[in-house]
Amino acid sequence: MVSLTERGLYCTAGDFYIDPWEPVERAVITHAHSDHLHAGSRLYITSAAGAPVVRTRIGAEASIESVSFGEPFTRDGVRVSLHPAGHILGSGQVRIERGGEVWVVSGDYKLDPDATCAPFESVRCHTFVTECTFGLPVFRWRPQAEVFTQINAWWRANREAGKASVLFSYPLGKAQRILAGVDASMGPIHAHGSVERYTAIYREAGVPMAATLPVTGQLAGALIVAPPLARTTAWLRKLGPVSAAMASGWMRIRGTRRRLSLDRGFVLSDHADWPGLMSAIESSGATQVWTTHGYRDAVARWLQEKGLEARSVETRYQGDAQEED
Amino acid sequence: MKAFADLYAALDATTKTNEKIEALTQYLKTAPSEDAIWGIAFLIGRRPKRLIESRKLAQWALEEARMPEWMFGECYSAVGDFAEVMALLLPPAATSTDLPLHYWVEQRMLPMREWDDGARRDSIIAAWRQMDERQRFAWNKLLTGEFRVGVSQNLVVRAIAQASGVDANVIAHRLMGDWQPTPEFARELLAPDAQDADISRPYPFFLAYPLEGAVEELGDIREWQAEWKWDGIRAQLIRRGWRTFLWSRGEELITDRFPELDAAGALLPEGTVIDGEVMPWKAGEPLPFAQMQRRIGRKELTPKILADVPAVLVSYDLLEADGEDVRERPLEWRRARLEQVVAGKAALVLSPVVEAASWAELAALREQSRARRVEGLMLKRRGSPYRVGRRRGDWWKWKIDPYSVDAVLIYAQPGNGRRASLFTDYTFGVWDKGELVPFAKAYSGLTDEEIREVDGFVRRNTIRTFGPVHVVKPELVFELAFEGIQKSSRHKSGIAVRFPRMAKWRKDKKAEDADTIETIRALLPK
Repeated sequence: MVSLTERGLYCTAGDFYIDPWEPVERAVITHAHSDHLHAGSRLYITSAAGAPVVRTRIGAEASIESVSFGEPFTRDGVRVSLHPAGHILGSGQVRIERGGEVWVVSGDYKLDPDATCAPFESVRCHTFVTECTFGLPVFRWRPQAEVFTQINAWWRANREAGKASVLFSYPLGKAQRILAGVDASMGPIHAHGSVERYTAIYREAGVPMAATLPVTGQLAGALIVAPPLARTTAWLRKLGPVSAAMASGWMRIRGTRRRLSLDRGFVLSDHADWPGLMSAIESSGATQVWTTHGYRDAVARWLQEKGLEARSVETRYQGDAQEED
Repeated sequence: MKAFADLYAALDATTKTNEKIEALTQYLKTAPSEDAIWGIAFLIGRRPKRLIESRKLAQWALEEARMPEWMFGECYSAVGDFAEVMALLLPPAATSTDLPLHYWVEQRMLPMREWDDGARRDSIIAAWRQMDERQRFAWNKLLTGEFRVGVSQNLVVRAIAQASGVDANVIAHRLMGDWQPTPEFARELLAPDAQDADISRPYPFFLAYPLEGAVEELGDIREWQAEWKWDGIRAQLIRRGWRTFLWSRGEELITDRFPELDAAGALLPEGTVIDGEVMPWKAGEPLPFAQMQRRIGRKELTPKILADVPAVLVSYDLLEADGEDVRERPLEWRRARLEQVVAGKAALVLSPVVEAASWAELAALREQSRARRVEGLMLKRRGSPYRVGRRRGDWWKWKIDPYSVDAVLIYAQPGNGRRASLFTDYTFGVWDKGELVPFAKAYSGLTDEEIREVDGFVRRNTIRTFGPVHVVKPELVFELAFEGIQKSSRHKSGIAVRFPRMAKWRKDKKAEDADTIETIRALLPK
C-alpha cells in the first residue's frame, strides 16, 4: 500500500506522498521539522493544528489543506486520517486504510506528556512505519517533571552566581515545551529570535507558556532559550557570564555533552525512548514494522528476533540529528 | 559511594579548572580518609590491576538487561565508553544504597581476585541492583579501570594542597613512588611537611613545553643552556639507603630492567638523584629507539640482548646531592655537581651542552638532529630551579620539524569518549603502483568543525563496512606529520611511522596528488 520511492514514502492507491524530500503533486505532512517538510510541492495536507507552523516554514503562497485529527478523508477508495503523534504542535501520524488493510506512518513521536501539543494516540494497524531516532536500549528518559526540577535548580544556582542561564534547544517544539515547563516565577526569560518566531505561533494557538523577552538588556540571572546553532556564534560571547546547557535526548550520552563543551546537559526529548518505541510498536498491534531514522537497523533486528516482520527503510528523514532533538 | 559518584559527575560536567578543583576540594574535605585516599588513587591513575575481563562484564550486563549480545556493539558505537554503556543498559535499580567507597573497593572489588567467575558474577550483579545510575557508572569505571575524567595529577595535587593546607610541591612528592591507599597513608599525605619521604620516592618530573614563537624571543643566548633532546625513557636514578632505584616517568620502578644502571647506581654517593633519559647506546652514540623497544619487549634479559642493546642513562640534571634536595638551586650549580657525580661511570653518560655563540648558529646545529638520532634541542635557563610538572618559561623543547606526507583517507571508524558516534579515527593510504595502500592511522590534529565535516563525508561516501570500519571513497587528502620512520614487516606498506597526526586538510589536492610509497621510502634512514 505504501512504497519507498526516490522522492519519499508513496501511497500508490491514493496517489500521495508522506513527508517527501522532493517537490511532488500531493504531500501529506506529519509535522513541520525541516527533514519532514520540503518546499515546492503543489499541495500540502496537514493537521489543522500544524498548518500555521507548516506555513511559516514554506511560505504564504503555498497551498495547504488542513484536516482535523481523527477526521478521515477519502481519495480513490483510500481512507486517510491524521492522529496526534505528541512530538510537537500539530504533529500527526498518518493512518491509511484500504479494503480493510491499515498502515500507520508515525512521523516523529513521543509517548511522554507535553503541555504544548496533543498527546500521542495509539492507532491499531497491520503495518506500522516507526521512527527510531533513539532506537537503542541505552536511551531511556526520566519523567519530565524530574528534568524540569533539574533545569530549575540549575537556573537558580546560576542566578545566585550572577550568571545568565543559556539553554540550547531545538527552536520548534523543544523550546516551547521548555517555556511551558520551567518555573517562570524565578526570573525573566529571554528567547532568541529563531525561537520567538515559532513561539509566536504557539501563543496564537493558545498554548500557555512563560512570557518571553528579546535577548537584550540586563541578562545576569535570566534564562535565555536559544537554538543549538547559536552555540558557536559571536552572539553567545556578547551575553556576559553564562552557564551553557542543552536540552536534548542526546544529552543521555556524556560524549555528546562533552564534545559540545556544555556545562550541563538535560535529557529531555521530543522523541520516544527505547521503552516508548517498544510500547508504541506493541500497542499498534502491527505484525509488520518498517523502521526509519536513526537506529533503524538495530530496531528492525530486535523486532525480527521477537518474531515480527520488520524491515529497515532508508529515508532521508535525518537532518543534523544531534542538533534536532 | 554516592559522594564519589557525584564527584565523578561534577568533574565530568565541567571543563573549567577552578570548578574541578573546587569539587575535588569539597570531596576531600568531607569524605572520610579511608574513602578519600581511594578517590585520590583512582583519580591519579593508581588503580589496581584490572580484575575482570571487560568481555565478561559486558556479558553479565547484557544478561541482566535481557539483551542479545549484538546489542552491546550497537550501543557501544553510540556511547563510546564501556562503563557508560553498561550503566545505561542495565534496567533501573529497585533500590539505591549508599555504602562507602572503601567498602566497594576493599570488600567487593579487590577480593574478586580470589573468586571464581560465578561468585564474581553474583557479586557484581548484586552491586548493580543496589546502585543508582551514577553509582553504577562510577563502579563500572572502577571495574574496567578506564578512569580518565579530564583531571591531571597536577590538579589533584592542587586540590589536596587546598584541602589540607600543605604545600603543593610537598604533596606532589608524597604522591610519587610506591604507596598503598590506606588510611595511614592518607594521614601521612595530609600531615604537615616533615621531610618524610621514603627512600625510594622519586621527585616529580619537570616537563617542558614546546617552544612558542621565535627562538630569538628567549633573549640573550648566554642565559640559556642547550642540550640535545634525547628520545629515550625519561627516568630518575636514585641512590639512597645503599640501594638503587630507577623510576620511569610513568612512575614505574624499572630497576630490574636495566641491570647496567642498577650497577652504576652503586657507584653513586649516598643520597643522589639524577634525572635523565635511558637510551640504547653503543660505541659512544645512541642506537635507534626501535632497538630499545626490542629490549623492553623481552621477558628475559639474555646476555645476548644485553650485549646487543646496552643501556645508559644520559644524565642531565641532579635533584638530590648528599641527601639534600637541591632542586631550588640554579641549573648552573646543579650541572657542575652533576658533572662531578657522573664522572668515570660508563653507564652514566653526561648529556653534552650544545655550544653556540648565537641563536642562528644553534639553529644550524639543530639541523643535525636527525643524523644524531635526537628529536631536536632542549633549551634550559641557566639560572632556573628544577620545577614540578609541566611549566612554561624555564625549559623549552625545540623539536625539529616533523616529516610530512600527503595521504588519502581510506578507512574511518568511530572514536571513543567525547568522540563517540563521530567518525574520528582514520586510516590513510598512499599510492603504490596505482593502488592505495594503508600507510598510517591518525586520530588527532583536526578541529571539531573539521571532524564534523569529515564525519559527514564518511556517512555519505561509505563504500562498504567491516564491523566498525567504514571503507570510504578515496577523495580527501591530508598532510600527515610524523616524528620517525622505519622499516616494518608488520605493516602492509613495509613502513612504520612514529606519532602520526593530521597537520592539515589539503582541500586543494585531489587523491591522485597524494604521495607515493617510493617518496616515503626515500625518507627511510640510510
